[in-house]
Amino acid sequence: MARNKVYLDFQISFFFPFKGSNQRCHLSCLKFGNRSIFSREALVLLLDVGPSMHNLLPEIEKVCSMLVQKKLIYNKSDEVGIVLFGSEDTDNALTKEVGGYEHVVVLRHIKVIDGDMVDALQKLPRGTACGDFLDAIVVGMDMLIKKFGPTNKGKQRLCLITNAQYPTKEPFEGTKEDQIDTISAQMKTHGMRLDCIIVRGKLTGAANKKIMDENDLLLNRFSKKTISKSVYVESPTSLYGALRTRNISPVTIFRGDLELSPSMKIKVWVYKKTSEEKFPTLKRYSDKAPSNDRFATHEVKVDIEYKSLENPNKVVPPEQRIKGYRYGPQVVPISSAEWEAVKFKPEKSVKLLGFTDASNVMRHYYMKDVNVFIPEPGNAKAILAVSSLVRAMKEMNKVAILRCVWRQGQGSVVIGVLTPNISSLDNIPDSFYFNVLPFAEDVREFQFPSFNNFPPSWQPNEQQQEAADNFVRMLDLAPSGKEEALQPDFTPNPVLEVILGLQFFYHLLCLFGMVSFMMSFCIQRFYHFLELKSKQPDADVPPLDRTLKRVAEPDPELLSQNQSVIANFRNKFELKENPKKKKSSRLLWREKRSASDEGEKDAEDVPDVQSVKLIGNSSKMKVEEIGDLNPVQDFEAMMARRDSSEWVSKAIRNMKVLISDLLDSSCEGNHYDKAMECLVALRRGCILEQEPKEFNQFMQELSKKCKEKNLKRFWELLISKHVTLISKEEAIDSDVADNEAKRFLVKTELTSE
Amino acid sequence: MDFDPEDLFRDDDDDPENEFYQGKESTKESVVYLVDASPRMFYPAANAEDEKSETPFHVAVNCISQALRTQIINSSYDEVTICFFNTREKRNLQDLNGVYVFNVLEREYLDRPTARLIKEFSSIEETFMSEIGSQYGIISGSRENSLYNALWVAQALLRKGSRKNVDKRILLFTNEDDPFGGIKGAAQKDMIRTTIQRAKDAQDLGISIELLPLSRPNDEFNISLFYADLIGLERDDLSLFIASAGDKLQDMTDQLRKRMFKKRKVRRITFSIANGISIELNSYALLRPTLPGVITWLDSVTNLPLKSERASFCADTGALMQEPAKRFHPYKNENVLFTMDELSEIKRVSTGHLHLLGFKPLSCLKDYHNLRPSTFVFPSDEEIVGSTCIFIALHRSMLRLRRFAVAFYGSSAHPQIVALIAQDEITSSSGQVEPPGMHMIYLPYSDDIRHPEEVHMAVDAETPRATDDQIKKAMVILKRVDLKDFSVCQFANPALQRHYAVLQALALGEDEMPDAKDETAPDEEGLARPGIVNALEDFKVAVYGENHDQEEAESAEKSSEASRKRKAIAETAVKESANYNWAELADNGKLKDLTVVELKYYLSAHNLPVAGKKEALISRILTHMGK
Repeated sequence: MARNKVYLDFQISFFFPFKGSNQRCHLSCLKFGNRSIFSREALVLLLDVGPSMHNLLPEIEKVCSMLVQKKLIYNKSDEVGIVLFGSEDTDNALTKEVGGYEHVVVLRHIKVIDGDMVDALQKLPRGTACGDFLDAIVVGMDMLIKKFGPTNKGKQRLCLITNAQYPTKEPFEGTKEDQIDTISAQMKTHGMRLDCIIVRGKLTGAANKKIMDENDLLLNRFSKKTISKSVYVESPTSLYGALRTRNISPVTIFRGDLELSPSMKIKVWVYKKTSEEKFPTLKRYSDKAPSNDRFATHEVKVDIEYKSLENPNKVVPPEQRIKGYRYGPQVVPISSAEWEAVKFKPEKSVKLLGFTDASNVMRHYYMKDVNVFIPEPGNAKAILAVSSLVRAMKEMNKVAILRCVWRQGQGSVVIGVLTPNISSLDNIPDSFYFNVLPFAEDVREFQFPSFNNFPPSWQPNEQQQEAADNFVRMLDLAPSGKEEALQPDFTPNPVLEVILGLQFFYHLLCLFGMVSFMMSFCIQRFYHFLELKSKQPDADVPPLDRTLKRVAEPDPELLSQNQSVIANFRNKFELKENPKKKKSSRLLWREKRSASDEGEKDAEDVPDVQSVKLIGNSSKMKVEEIGDLNPVQDFEAMMARRDSSEWVSKAIRNMKVLISDLLDSSCEGNHYDKAMECLVALRRGCILEQEPKEFNQFMQELSKKCKEKNLKRFWELLISKHVTLISKEEAIDSDVADNEAKRFLVKTELTSE
Repeated sequence: MDFDPEDLFRDDDDDPENEFYQGKESTKESVVYLVDASPRMFYPAANAEDEKSETPFHVAVNCISQALRTQIINSSYDEVTICFFNTREKRNLQDLNGVYVFNVLEREYLDRPTARLIKEFSSIEETFMSEIGSQYGIISGSRENSLYNALWVAQALLRKGSRKNVDKRILLFTNEDDPFGGIKGAAQKDMIRTTIQRAKDAQDLGISIELLPLSRPNDEFNISLFYADLIGLERDDLSLFIASAGDKLQDMTDQLRKRMFKKRKVRRITFSIANGISIELNSYALLRPTLPGVITWLDSVTNLPLKSERASFCADTGALMQEPAKRFHPYKNENVLFTMDELSEIKRVSTGHLHLLGFKPLSCLKDYHNLRPSTFVFPSDEEIVGSTCIFIALHRSMLRLRRFAVAFYGSSAHPQIVALIAQDEITSSSGQVEPPGMHMIYLPYSDDIRHPEEVHMAVDAETPRATDDQIKKAMVILKRVDLKDFSVCQFANPALQRHYAVLQALALGEDEMPDAKDETAPDEEGLARPGIVNALEDFKVAVYGENHDQEEAESAEKSSEASRKRKAIAETAVKESANYNWAELADNGKLKDLTVVELKYYLSAHNLPVAGKKEALISRILTHMGK
């Protein structure tokens, strides 16, 4: 079925009597439109739901619903439309108007986002046809044109997600390329942007290489005539990163000259390249407004008043306040006017101090988020000047040191390093990255011992070094020929992506065996809770999901591939807890202990061990009584509980009672071994918690008991296992000397005879 | 409950647990400056090279005064005493002869330095002879021993404060290398013995004694005569000491004013390398931006500090309220409410561990993969024995294979992916330049990375790229304008130094505002060297063409379309504006009867901003007319 060429022409002439586009108008709209604070984006999602996409649809559903959820929080007035292609049905305006355009369904017309849209995106219908992405693009473009006409330029976006495995239809006349040129010219006229996300993971059997190559060429052709970008992703994680879920219009922080010298200047614009996405802030809630007031903001205003220390009733008005800075024990008052007169006032400028070898600026000195210096747009001279410097710097491995004052009236200067960035795309000029460097005052010169001065036992031997070499080499996240894993550009912030059910995001990651993250569980929980509460205000805090309890761990696939390397690494080194350190080591000790337990287990179940352990641990955390099924574990868990200091004494008390009970109820010594285990655990616990007296006192009682109740065999067991009083050497609080502790058992034995 | 739920949602910057801003000094220093005031200190040092011939006494006073000015900013909680010996007058708690403790009002003998102390001490030379006086304290025939007395006084002063938290030092300034040289026989031996014993006692109490030898009129300061024993120098260290002593004085005078931080670990991290292998690391903040000190609000009338009080009001009713018990977050056009208990319940789960995810070649770490200052990690065997060994092995492998580790760092408020870069130790003659260990670099997520360069994508054409010739010309510049010995933190922050200097001038009542040197200014002299100028000129011609400056000037003249338009508007405005009698309209309050367009004629004609509502425009006009 051929695409209706007639329609294309018709549309163009209908909406655009002046067929040739006015490029300047478009560009200026981009420049200024993007700076508008009220930029409301209109986005049409073009989703391939054809058969070859079915296995990917679950993630696409999640990614897209997340996109809308995020807009619900950050850009509430954005508009979104949804177009499916490859669907069984056909439902779009064009098919009615001009025919053709089969298997394209407009699921949602372009409208302001709402919660229903999230639901719709979470259950996309599975299609049966081979979708034509060009049809979908035309339908999406038509929707935008009909909705906005010539307005809203630069804020319209088409986002295509497909694997581009099916062929596109032949046009009635001309070539596919011509058609794309027509479409993209249209898009440019309307200031539309096209983002193509092409999922190329594991190929399904039916994939036709030739068709895919043709499709790739077609999609890339869009970028020749309009603003378009194609991203190829291999993993679902990258899918999350590739679909830019939040749009921020870039704003320059500097426009002007990069001065190499007073006579040689290059016109540049400086933007932020990275900037940390901040978290939404919770507002304080006021319940004072009457409940029937529908327009109440429920917000809380905070007033800060300054009062003198001498007379707390007197409020000092703002104009009577003056800033003071500490100088030794004194506070020196400086008025703003005074300060203004004397403070450091550099002129706005960006000046070169010089070039230096890249090795002189180490990576860890970068202080802040990163800026990018691009040559003034449209200024060919500036583009050439930057390009030649960038390429020369790259070639000679040099960097430039700059002194920057971004704005007039800025009270400080910035020293930073300019590093070259050779553009990989033909239509993007070369640029520089700029990183802020520290001043002398910002460096804290702490001294650390040289590794060579450490005792030989701390130095790895040859086998150990080799094991480490192999480990570092094999646990490779950027193997050649494969997509680099965890590339920052494609790794979304789990916390921000969390917005709604991050469980499924997480689940997904586990499912696909890619990378798992340890997310900040509490924040994750917060968003989960937010969604719950919006539906049901009295919802309880959700319990921690089991899958969430898993902590970050490397790709299980990577681990299983390198089992032997890891096992070798583990076997070459010995780790043990420091016996001298007691009090504060509890938590680490626990962690360590279970870690070494794991070491003995088969590497087969490696990925799961940790989660089991954690769940196990947390269930232990809640132990309130020592049962007689697993008394030692219960005791340790109770001793480790940190929510109250009561638990330690309670655990010791309970353990003592349990040991006594065991001995009392023992018939022909059948509980001796268990009692012994408990006693050993109690002893260890008392040493760790620095409670030697508790234990020693119990031992005295026990020796009395052994004498009275004829538990001689148990006592012999104690002697054979050397379980005696806790000596001063083991716990400082003990008043039992070392040899006294050794004598204790023998002495008691003798007297007991 | 000691838990603040806001914690969770605050920016990292004001997270109280935040590692970057925990700069509080946990330990401090107590210093006694012991200055020899014997007449010998007042002979100008007749050094052939040094024509200025300052007296050693002046050198000592100047050095201490500079050190104090630095100290009051760097670590103002340190305590100091300035004490002279070999003086005529005496002033000390023990009432010992020949020892004079210098002090000012409102200050104990051993106390934090104050502006007044610095000010009065700086001018001490004017009054020294009349008020304190100089006199040899150790004379044959008398049993007096002023050096002994001085050490005793210093030691007694330094008794204050626990040995654990306070670093105690005596800095001894003298140019007398043989204080007991004038005494003969048993008396001399006895005095030497008791003095050295006194010094030993002090050292046993944890007080370190440092000697700053000053120049002598005729010969070198011979440390082995007496002082080597006093300060406990071994033979081998002697030559080293002499070499470094001069630097020490210079260092004390020239020290950069910056807040000093005692080395302390930020936190202990458990680093899980693989299942069953977890090692222990300590993290340190080696690089953090230094800010001018905290602002204290004062009452400008009394100069007394103010206390701030927060009051919460309901925005709807204006009712005063207690700290609200609930928080809310708008979602899907509704407010979702949370109680504090629920928030703390949410917060209850967190792990602070670092989990290794794998390794990548260093080339994968791009220059824009950065958000915050890095954190340094160093292994510790304190709790897990064997940590250091594993760390060193990985460290070496990573250096050799040129790879960095990618790990997940799960701090409760801010889980992040980090890069761990192994850094080998670098030392120079002056000590450690880069400590061995790993630097943790916080990587951005895709959400944090922006793509401004794509905004200006050229649509139709390929963008121009530099030709080989242009690149060659650029390379010449790179070679010419080369900072050979550039080191990352060689510049002092001019804004901060100015701040400190102003503060000092105001506190000490100095008349002149000091002119702090801006080290960051480009080397204009260097750039004006003909070689560089030529290279730049060549490059300019290569990329901009022959007549660039001329073209620029022309295009500036031939003002752009936009500015021409602006000019036209201004012209019509002036013309239109002349049709109104503005003063009269303003006087009669008739301005509000005009339309916004009419009002804008006036504003444009007078080059005023035309933005805002009608009222704003009117008030702007009135202000401009001075009404």
